[in-house]
Formats: sequence, structure tokens, C-alpha cells
Amino acid sequence: MTVEITEATRFDLDIDGPSALELMSTIREFESRLPTYSEEGLIRGSTHPSVGMEAVAVGVSWALRASDSVASNHRGHAHCLAKGADAGRTLAEILGRRDGYCGGKGGSMHIGVKELGLLGTNGIVGAGIGLATGAALAAQAQGTDNVAVAYFGDGATNQGVLAEAFNLAAIWKLPVIFVCENNHFAQSATLEEMVAQPDLRRRGEAYGVPSVDVDGMDVEAVSNAAAEAVQRARSGQGPTFIVADTYRYLGHMAGDTEIYRTAEQVEQWKGRDPIARLAKRLLDSTVLDEAQLKAIATSALTLVDSAEEFAKSSPFPDVSSAFTQVSEDYR
Amino acid sequence: MNKPAQQLTIWRALNAALHDEFTEDPSTIIMGEDLTTWGTGGGIYGVTRKMADVFGKERVRDTPISEETLISAGAGAAMAGTRTVVEIMYSDFMLLGADGLINQAAKSRYMFGGQFSTPLVVRSNGGSGIGKAAQHSQSLETLYAHIPGLEVVVPGTANDAYGLLRSAIKSENPTVFLEHKALYYDKGPVTKELIPLGQARVAREGKDLTIVATQLMTKRALEAAQVLSAQGVDVEIIDPRTLYPFDMETVFSSVRKTRHLLVVHEAVRDFGWGGEFVSNTVQECWGELDAAPRRMGAARAPIPYSEELEEAVIPSAQNIVDEALATVGRHTKLTV
Repeated sequence: MTVEITEATRFDLDIDGPSALELMSTIREFESRLPTYSEEGLIRGSTHPSVGMEAVAVGVSWALRASDSVASNHRGHAHCLAKGADAGRTLAEILGRRDGYCGGKGGSMHIGVKELGLLGTNGIVGAGIGLATGAALAAQAQGTDNVAVAYFGDGATNQGVLAEAFNLAAIWKLPVIFVCENNHFAQSATLEEMVAQPDLRRRGEAYGVPSVDVDGMDVEAVSNAAAEAVQRARSGQGPTFIVADTYRYLGHMAGDTEIYRTAEQVEQWKGRDPIARLAKRLLDSTVLDEAQLKAIATSALTLVDSAEEFAKSSPFPDVSSAFTQVSEDYR
Repeated sequence: MNKPAQQLTIWRALNAALHDEFTEDPSTIIMGEDLTTWGTGGGIYGVTRKMADVFGKERVRDTPISEETLISAGAGAAMAGTRTVVEIMYSDFMLLGADGLINQAAKSRYMFGGQFSTPLVVRSNGGSGIGKAAQHSQSLETLYAHIPGLEVVVPGTANDAYGLLRSAIKSENPTVFLEHKALYYDKGPVTKELIPLGQARVAREGKDLTIVATQLMTKRALEAAQVLSAQGVDVEIIDPRTLYPFDMETVFSSVRKTRHLLVVHEAVRDFGWGGEFVSNTVQECWGELDAAPRRMGAARAPIPYSEELEEAVIPSAQNIVDEALATVGRHTKLTV
């Protein structure tokens, strides 16, 4: 591609890795296939796709580097992929295979990648908040300028740990960015049902944490907010709370009857689709043409195809591994 | 270059271990409530005394009362590569941080396929005896010993407190380090040598009965042994010092000699760790036992406040004497 690189095009081009559009498209394709794998019996237990929410993970990760930490949640594949996790090894973990990042011991809700600072997707709602706060404490105590990100949903804002962590991060000026992906449903419970004061941003403010609302369906908006938060954290000015307004198109997990929402509401949100929006802007501003957009879509498809092939052909772990790595054996 | 042992109280020994470990590894941090601002500036029982003066408030942090976040942040800091000690004022309060300890730290190595070490020590105190009542006196060590991935240390002497705390901090595994609140002012010789986790200590040698006990119960077993000795029962006392990893071999070889076993702990007897030691011994030493092993523990009741009530629910030296006689098949009760 021979487009001039400006600030406005930094999402569009393969500068140091895939463009934002390519990354979002890859995540979309990756996540969209999960329900099928569940139906085919390739995935055991629960897996939670984040189709529709791609702009948050990609926008936030744009501001991060490998040495920064990320603590994710149960809907966390996008957080991993956006932080640089390999799609094949991520999927292999979701399918419980030997070549998964955790050798098939973790599965969808426990994908951790130490060299990428990924402290794991997590099966406990809100648990990543404490872990990220700790990673930020480690960064501060060791005198590095690394930062930590906690991703969590609107449901997790009702866990006590968030109140504690906001306060701790604020008094110690910890380099942590609290990213709430407000997708409006805690499994099936609406935010309006579960909180009396739905302006979540005010919760951060109440603890002295600079807090900002952002359109979570706009990757540039997310990225700008994240860049500011990361800059604040790296320069010793402490935490930020980002509330990203977003939506998941698929059910909470495979088999969700979705009786808690209407098809119209889902369609309405699809009108704000983050991938279509970015594609349109790139096209309108002639950064990319139709052929280039198509090439990006094809490349995402190819990437996920090969991830699928890799994961499906990976053997199941050796049963003996079930009994190892519980503790470091120091004796 | 063995230096002569110093006489130290347990809290001083713990304090010395922290100072020495923080000097040796400048990346280690500790956090907890009132660590530098209480009493003479060393936390509720003085264990962190002068640490902030020596190592600074960046590494020695006073925290808000937020146990859930302290323990999970401790786990996160450790996973991110910082050796972290969290002091929880009373072990009862650790239950507020159960997620960080049990769901996160304990499983971090295993569920991510061995990628992460989690060098976290959660220090606290358990045990009864000083009138702190139901929510400040529990002995909850069995809960943690039950969780795969956690190490559990229960030191009962100043020397063990020093050597085991240093080993716990050096450990790459999350460790629950439970001190005993009634023993902080007990004095003993401290050699300042590291003690590996998973090695029992023979607290008294004897030939007729093996008593396995920790902390306050080791102390009472030693008192009971004096009485029993006068009655012709020679007691050997084993202090496992760590419940996980646990050292059954030392117990087996003792039981092979004495042919009798009694386990005494301050944790509630039912479903307590004593059952684990008894069961292992029965399987391994069945043919060498002269009588059924027995176990003692606290009554199945919360710890009451009033002094006589508190004493009533915890095994006393006299209770241990009685149970010891029953174990060796002598049911005569004599007054202490």
C-alpha cells in the first residue's frame, strides 16, 4: 500500500503489525465461529464470544506494549488477540489442545500468556480488577513505566473489589487503566435493573479516579481515550476509568435463549458496527479503496482458517500433564 | 561460620526474617493495614517494625482496609514478577480475600500451563487464647491445606518462624503463613538458618507414643509429656511446621518406633488436618500400630469470648494427657 502515513491513518495500515481494521476483522471472524465449535462439541463448558465489541480491545491495545499487563475476564479472547496472542494457539487452548497457550489446562476462561503480559482471561467476574491493580503496583514498586489494564463488564461494577481497587489505585497513583466494557447485560440482567445510578463513570470519579465515557463502537475514540489514560499512567499520574459503551451481538454463551432482549435491539446496535464504521471512514476518506478493504477481509478469513486448521490438528494433551505444574517442586 | 543462636521472641524473629529477606532481595514488597503506624511502628503485633525506616514506604506500604483487593493485588503483583508479602491483621479476615488466594493465586501456575510463578506470601495470625473471640481467633489452616497450589506454614517457635518465613518468601508458590497470636512473645534460640518447607521437627524424643502437634498445641503437648513421663509414658512430639507440603516420613518413622499416634490441633477436630495424618499413618503403618490412632482438636463451636469458655473448647494439656493415656490403652485418669 502506498498511502501516506498520518495520525489519521495509523489505524489503517500495516505499520508494526496488522491494521486496526484487520485486527478487528480477525477477532470478529474468530469469535463468530465459536458457537459452531460449541455445537460440534469441539468446545467443552462455556465460551463467551465478544462479536460486536472488537473496538474496545483493539482500541485499548493500540496504546499498549508487550511489557504492559492485561487482566481480562470471561469474555476475553479479543483482549488476548489484540494484545498480540497468536490466533492458532489461542483457539487451540479454547479447544483444549496441547498447543494451546496453557496446554489445554485453562480453556476459554483461563488463557494466560506470560510473555505478552496477559495475566489471564478469568472465570470470576471482577477478579481481573485486583490482579491488574497488583500488576500496576509491581510496575510502580520496581520503578518501570509499565502499565496494567483491567477489562471487565458492566456486571463486574457491582463487585466490591472495584470499589476497593479504585480507592487503592487512586491513593497510590497506580498505573492502572480500568476498562469497563458496558455491553448492557450482566449475563441476562440489564444494567438498569441492577444499579440505581447507571452513570458508571461517576463511580470512578467518586473515588478520585479520572473517568471518561467513550463510544465503544468507535475504535478511534477508544484508542484516543486509552492513549491519554496510558500516558497518564506511564507518567506517574495514576489510574483512569474508561467506560466504553458497547454491545455483544451474540448471546452470553452458546445456548443462550436471549429472552432478555429483542432482535430489534440487536439490529439497532449493528447499525453502529465498529468494523463497518471504520471501513466506511477509510473508504470515504479514500485511505483505502474497495479492493484493499476486500483484501483485508480476505486476509482475516485466511488467518482464522489457518488458526482453525492449526488448533483442530493439535493433539489433545497427554493425560499425565493433568498432574503436573500444580506447584513449583522445590524439593 | 555458625554464629551462636540469639534468644528472640517469635515476633522479633519474624521481624528479623523480613529485614534479612528485604535486604537480600531489593524487589520484595510488603503491604497491609497499619504496618508502619501502629504501636511502635510495626503493625498489630510488631512484626514489620522499622521496615519502613529501612526500606521506605514504596516497599513497605500501609493500606486501606480492603482485604479482597490486597490479596488479589498481591497475586497480580507476584504474577507480574514482584515477590510480595501481604499482612492480613487476623487470619479470619483472609476469608474476604478468598478469591485472590484460592481462585487466582493458587491456580495461577497450573491453569496457565506452568507459565507463571506466583511468589506471594499471605502472612497472618490464627489461634485463640487471648480473648479475641469468634472472628479473631479461628485456626483455619486446614482450609488452605486443602487447596491445590497453596503452601501452608504454621511455625510454633522463634527459630522456625525465622527460617520458614525466609523460605516462604523465597518460594515461587503462593504461601499462607499463619503465625499464632498467643505465641508472639515466646522466646527461643534463633540460629538464622533457612528451614525448607516440608520438614517436620522432632520437638521431643520418646519411645511410647507419637504426638503430632503444631503451635500452641505443641507447647501443651510438651507440658503433657512431662506429666505422662511421670506416669511411665514416654512421648515423642513431632511438629510438622508446614501442613503443605507435609512430612509424613518423619511421622511414620516415629510411629514405627512408638507404635502409637495421637494428633492434636487447634483447628476444629472434625474434618481437620489431623484426620489426614491419621489416615496416612493407618495406611502406611497398619501392621506396626498397637492401637487405633486418635486425634484431638477444637470443639465444633466458634471460639467463645469469656476466658473459661475459650479454654473449654481448645485441647488443654490435661486433655492431651487423658487422650494420650487412652491412645496407649491406659484409661486411668490422674490429676495433673
